[in-house]
Amino acid sequence: MVGLQILVDGFAISALYALGAVGFTLIFGVSGVLNLAHGGIMVVAAIIGWFSANELGAGAYSSAFFGILAGLAAAYATYLLVVRPIQRSRAIPKEETEIFVLTGTLLWGIMIQTALAYKFTDNPVTMRPLLSGVVSIAGVRTPRNEIMVAVLCWLVIGLLWLFVNRTRAGKTLLAASMNPRGLTLLGFELSRVHLLAWSIYGVLAGLAGVLLASFLGTGSSNTGQLTASAFSIVVVGGLGSVSGSLVAAYLVGYLETMTAYLLAPTLRPIPALLILVLVVYLRPQGLLGRR
Amino acid sequence: MRRLLRSRLLWIAVLVLGVAAVLPLWLSAYVLGVLTAGYYFGVFAMSWDLLFGFAGEVNFGPTFLIGLGAYTAAIVNSRLGLGIPWCVLAGVASALIGGLLLAIPALRLRGPYFGLVTLVAVLLLQNAIVIFAGVTGGEIGMTVPDVLSLSAVTNYWYALAFLVICAIILFGLSRSAMGLILQASGQDPMEAQALGFNVTKHKLMAFSISAVFSGMAGAMLAFYMGAASVGTLIDISIAVQIIIAAVLGGRRTILGAALGAVFLIGANELLRPLGQLNTFVVSALALAVILFFPDGLLGHALHRKEAK
Repeated sequence: MVGLQILVDGFAISALYALGAVGFTLIFGVSGVLNLAHGGIMVVAAIIGWFSANELGAGAYSSAFFGILAGLAAAYATYLLVVRPIQRSRAIPKEETEIFVLTGTLLWGIMIQTALAYKFTDNPVTMRPLLSGVVSIAGVRTPRNEIMVAVLCWLVIGLLWLFVNRTRAGKTLLAASMNPRGLTLLGFELSRVHLLAWSIYGVLAGLAGVLLASFLGTGSSNTGQLTASAFSIVVVGGLGSVSGSLVAAYLVGYLETMTAYLLAPTLRPIPALLILVLVVYLRPQGLLGRR
Repeated sequence: MRRLLRSRLLWIAVLVLGVAAVLPLWLSAYVLGVLTAGYYFGVFAMSWDLLFGFAGEVNFGPTFLIGLGAYTAAIVNSRLGLGIPWCVLAGVASALIGGLLLAIPALRLRGPYFGLVTLVAVLLLQNAIVIFAGVTGGEIGMTVPDVLSLSAVTNYWYALAFLVICAIILFGLSRSAMGLILQASGQDPMEAQALGFNVTKHKLMAFSISAVFSGMAGAMLAFYMGAASVGTLIDISIAVQIIIAAVLGGRRTILGAALGAVFLIGANELLRPLGQLNTFVVSALALAVILFFPDGLLGHALHRKEAK
């Protein structure tokens, strides 16, 4: 019985993790940026969604839409105000750009977190689920919303796969992650490709934030935890590898759910950290990484 | 040119030190307390700068070493009842051993992975402290039976002396042959290796030195505060503050890191009336420095003089 419960709950949580991590890995693959403000962007979407539903009286769907829009705006702000100025700065040596982007986005994430806590609330917020009601899957009572979250996550990931592999614009993203110089030689504007990647990232992170708020609830104090889990999933799966992130998201999601059900909820984050250490020592390029 | 730069730096340092030495005559115990914490932070930031600025390795987990030092000292003090010097020594030893256990496998990794492992080390230590709450006091923290001194002025002197000694040793190291080799291996490890330097050995040395000073400062800070807790010594936000302090002051300057730390602690205290917005303003300030003066405050000042 508990086994089935773990199977069902773990699936939805892992799908949500996967959605959050896919955007993160996309940005790294295309522009080499590890965005440590990731959790902040997700929580912006969650809180704006919650705010427009509870304070402005928007419906469930339109508040979800506002949330995603806010996530997109936050992603643009991160790129245009923090990441791009650092990448273009002449005063920063090329080999140190990476650490400056890490430090810059980390600070930006803290700014987002404190601004949200100040302007809105520092309590966790929960959005009204898009679907209500409970169904029974093989004897496990499961909220309809949980099923919808899992389905929606996979739908969006599938759409992303189609976009990247089957459309012209998507293929430029793929090409940018393989060989940016080659792409510029073919006459593509690299900054436009980056902007496209950040737009997709913003929508993905925004959607993940909104779904997280309707499923588990989240708040400004969670930003660090969200960034850390996305970061560890992406590293375990292999930096820049989308399929690796999916595998790792399920590995981490199920391990956490199992620990929470079978051992103790307080130990929840530990197995993921141990896996992360193990992977980094034994296979630093990640499970499915190329480098 | 370099000698001139060096002497000017020396002159500034002596001036700053002179001001710092006469401060207890005027300032209240409260301000002295803030400065004391700032000085310990300065040691954290300087040892971080040795590793990042010179060896080119991003250590996201300086608080792993600090926490090991502080908690070991606190546990030895409360369980075994040894005197403060022995406890500090035990803290240094445990930070060194823990640092080596972490660094020997981790330094084989390149790029962001080293930083990642150090980040995970902090999270694991944090969880371990919560799990073994019986010994460590868990999330609440533990009180240390002995304290350095009850007088704010004496504590201030201890911290200042400690900061100055650490600054002299670390600055000397950074200007020695070892500092140059470290800098070379940070900028181009391949070439440094081709010149016959053992890059890994030197980086390991830098990490050990960083561990020794971080552990010692952590243990001293625990005895100054009379308590050790995750929130004040180990939390990622503390690590972030150390990194901000070092980058703010100027990478590769060692002394800049100490200035940055004192500035940051002071700014945090001055902006306290802003309440929740305090952290926002400090982060925004640090972000602005990173964007517009990536060489940091001291680095910017020195470079400008160099250009003239």
